[in-house]
Amino acid sequence: MCSMTNHDTPIIDHNSLLDEIKKNNVRIIDVRRKEEYEDGHITNSVNLPLAKLLNDDSPENIAKIAGELGISDNTSVVVYDDTFGALSSRIVWALQYIGHTDVRLLDVTFSQWKQLGLETTTKIPDIAKTIHSINIKPEIMATVDYLEKIKDKKNVVVIDNRERLNFLEQHIPGAINIPYRTLSTEGRIIRNKESMRNLLKNRGIPEDAEIITYCGSVGTLSGLAYYALKSIGLPNVKLYVHSFKEWKKLEKPIDKQENASYWDLSAD
Amino acid sequence: MAQQLRPSKRGSKKPNIDWSRREEADNFANTVKLFRQGKIDQNTFRRFRLQHGAYGTRMTDDYAMVRIKIPAGQIYPHQLEKIAHLSEMYSIGGAHFSTRENIQLHWVVLEDVSEIMYALADVGLTSREACGNTVRNVMCSPLSGVCDKEAFDATPYALAVAKFLLRNPLNQALPRKFKFNFTCCEKHGMIRIVDVGLLPQLREISGEKQKGFKIFLGGGLGNRSFVGHQLEEFTSEEDLLYTSIAVLRIFDRMGDRKNMARNRMRYLVNDMGWEKFQNLVLKERALVRSTQSVIVKLKINDSDNEIKSSISVSNESSSVPDGFARWKNTNVVRQKQKGYNSVSIALESGDISATQLRSIAQLISDFSGECFGRNGFSQNIVLRYIHDDDLTNLYSQLIESGLAKTGSLTMASAVGCTGTTSCNLALTNSHRLSKEIQRKFLELNLDEDDDLRDSTIKISGCPNSCGQHEIATIGFYGGGARLGKDMFPNYTMSLGGRFDESSMLGHHTARIPVKRVIPVILKIIELFKKYKKPDDTLSKWIDRIVHGNESSEINSVEGIKKAISNLLIVPTKQEDSDFYNDYGSDTSYHTITGKGECAA
Repeated sequence: MCSMTNHDTPIIDHNSLLDEIKKNNVRIIDVRRKEEYEDGHITNSVNLPLAKLLNDDSPENIAKIAGELGISDNTSVVVYDDTFGALSSRIVWALQYIGHTDVRLLDVTFSQWKQLGLETTTKIPDIAKTIHSINIKPEIMATVDYLEKIKDKKNVVVIDNRERLNFLEQHIPGAINIPYRTLSTEGRIIRNKESMRNLLKNRGIPEDAEIITYCGSVGTLSGLAYYALKSIGLPNVKLYVHSFKEWKKLEKPIDKQENASYWDLSAD
Repeated sequence: MAQQLRPSKRGSKKPNIDWSRREEADNFANTVKLFRQGKIDQNTFRRFRLQHGAYGTRMTDDYAMVRIKIPAGQIYPHQLEKIAHLSEMYSIGGAHFSTRENIQLHWVVLEDVSEIMYALADVGLTSREACGNTVRNVMCSPLSGVCDKEAFDATPYALAVAKFLLRNPLNQALPRKFKFNFTCCEKHGMIRIVDVGLLPQLREISGEKQKGFKIFLGGGLGNRSFVGHQLEEFTSEEDLLYTSIAVLRIFDRMGDRKNMARNRMRYLVNDMGWEKFQNLVLKERALVRSTQSVIVKLKINDSDNEIKSSISVSNESSSVPDGFARWKNTNVVRQKQKGYNSVSIALESGDISATQLRSIAQLISDFSGECFGRNGFSQNIVLRYIHDDDLTNLYSQLIESGLAKTGSLTMASAVGCTGTTSCNLALTNSHRLSKEIQRKFLELNLDEDDDLRDSTIKISGCPNSCGQHEIATIGFYGGGARLGKDMFPNYTMSLGGRFDESSMLGHHTARIPVKRVIPVILKIIELFKKYKKPDDTLSKWIDRIVHGNESSEINSVEGIKKAISNLLIVPTKQEDSDFYNDYGSDTSYHTITGKGECAA
């Protein structure tokens, strides 16, 4: 499990994961509820419900959780969920934030994995606890102060990944909206590279821009967007991890699409 | 599950017409860029955008509404699934069924429109010529092919006309939009309120049956509405194409290109006088007939509606779920094909979630003998060739998907245009009002009242007629009114509109403050119940009133006006502040409109 790889595009396709499972070369994290995990999971995976991380997402706690799951600094890690990749993205990001380099997102959800007819098990692997160090990567995180300072500068793009109606109702001034669903494709949590590039090109987002993603509360949907952008190798992306919930709580300015009753178009 | 019991998999049937052209998506993306860079002026861009089916959105240039054309309303499961996916990716997580058999995606970022166009090409759909001064979606009654009153199925003709005219240079820059409606019978179509309305009919010539149409020209709803005129006794199927070309050529040549407020063909017909216009069409047609190449023909494909299997898919007798009888009574029509039914799904103002779109796709695959759905013209979708034995099973599954609302074929399913939810011209939230009316009707079980069954409620958010209010039994269009300096939304109510063989436009009766619209409707129903004759229906009663033929106490629209007058008293804002708010809004009402695009 000692590869110490730094993945520029931290996404692994399911066929490669099968190989790595065979080689027993990887620690897989299943980000679903405990009961779902116990019902069946990808071979060799360990369970980490997102709530456990969100209870305390300080670097110290992230490192502690990693250690408990048998992840040391050099362990090769792959993460999956069944929530279109948003929860697993948040875990991948947390590990990268404390300095873990060899961590990747599985390109399919657990449901898609099963639809592909790939193997699952109910066997729970033994975990040898270990220690993970902390080596913060501040360049992948945006704090509210940082965001406020930089958001109106040239070549900075703030992307809101919530659904369209939520965005219309309220958003950070100057943000553009790319709903998280836009990032996926049928059968994969993230679009292929060509269509991802095309999306950015249509929207006029330069690939060398500094991009900050945010969503509703804890950086899951925007975590997925973070990795969708990373999947095509964009150099300068940050996650505003505390997202719109914090922004609102701090009573920062908010923009709204005025004079239209768009919510009444919703059938939900 | 039903699909496991299915004798043969029918859900994989694919459409045989591809309406798309993928390169139009790239062209659209590039043109948006040029527009954003200021290299194309606003007007040129707007014309281009509308030609490609992207309509403007309320108070913003950042978003568009993409109108996906569904010719003859015929839509396949994989197309519904694609639209579901696109609605989640680029729109509001749901779509909207329009009154003209289109499916619309609202609040789409202008820069994403090309992605939608590209993806629609995967399933053979297009938004091309869904807006702008073009031939809009060619409609056909959702019951064409199954209606027991039709002479023959008009669907293949509607599809052939749509195919012939799409991207045809003949109609790329008409003076104004242009609409074709085909129907099965007088009752189930709207043939007298469009530019060209077509009713199939048969005639016998020396013992042989000949197919043809009654063609109605120059009808239309709008700021001024007209009922169409019948061109001639019988138009043969060979003449269908020539007549269509002739009418389009005359409109293209003679239509008013200056006065945008009155340049639909109905104004031309009205200004010229029907007889003159009629002669012109007949002469032009003779010219077209003699000059068109013989290879210019409509490609009529009759094979679409072959039903391969007549076996039901449910071979176990499932228990009858609660509410089934009410649902069947108000949503299901028996087909002329023995043992089969058409099921209309009631939506609220045509809105549907992505999940529900997927459910409908699945239900079509599982239950429909023809394996496609048919969009209707009251913001609904119809599933046809449902076997008698499958109705309870289908109903159970509709309940699970939240699609089992009753009253789809009754007055309860009010129609409301998009109103202030997305339209630049809207003055009121007609969309929400129609949902509120539907909810109230279902709450009061009024969908089960057979006396109300053939009546309709239709609402537009401004004096234009996207909500088709003039042909409703009770119609409304939105505006604003004030008491002192305080504004409130106010609807003009018309009574007695109809779109059958006695088509007529409703009589303006009174102005009704928005929060009194539902009480007024209920009051009218109460009056009807009080004064009705045995075997009367609401629409017959209103018909007699507007024509001065009613003998009871309420015998004129003035009488109705008087009877509802106490509901029209306007309270001060202090007395009732909610009175001043539109539905869906908790802030003071004010009218704001942008530039309309119907005429652009």
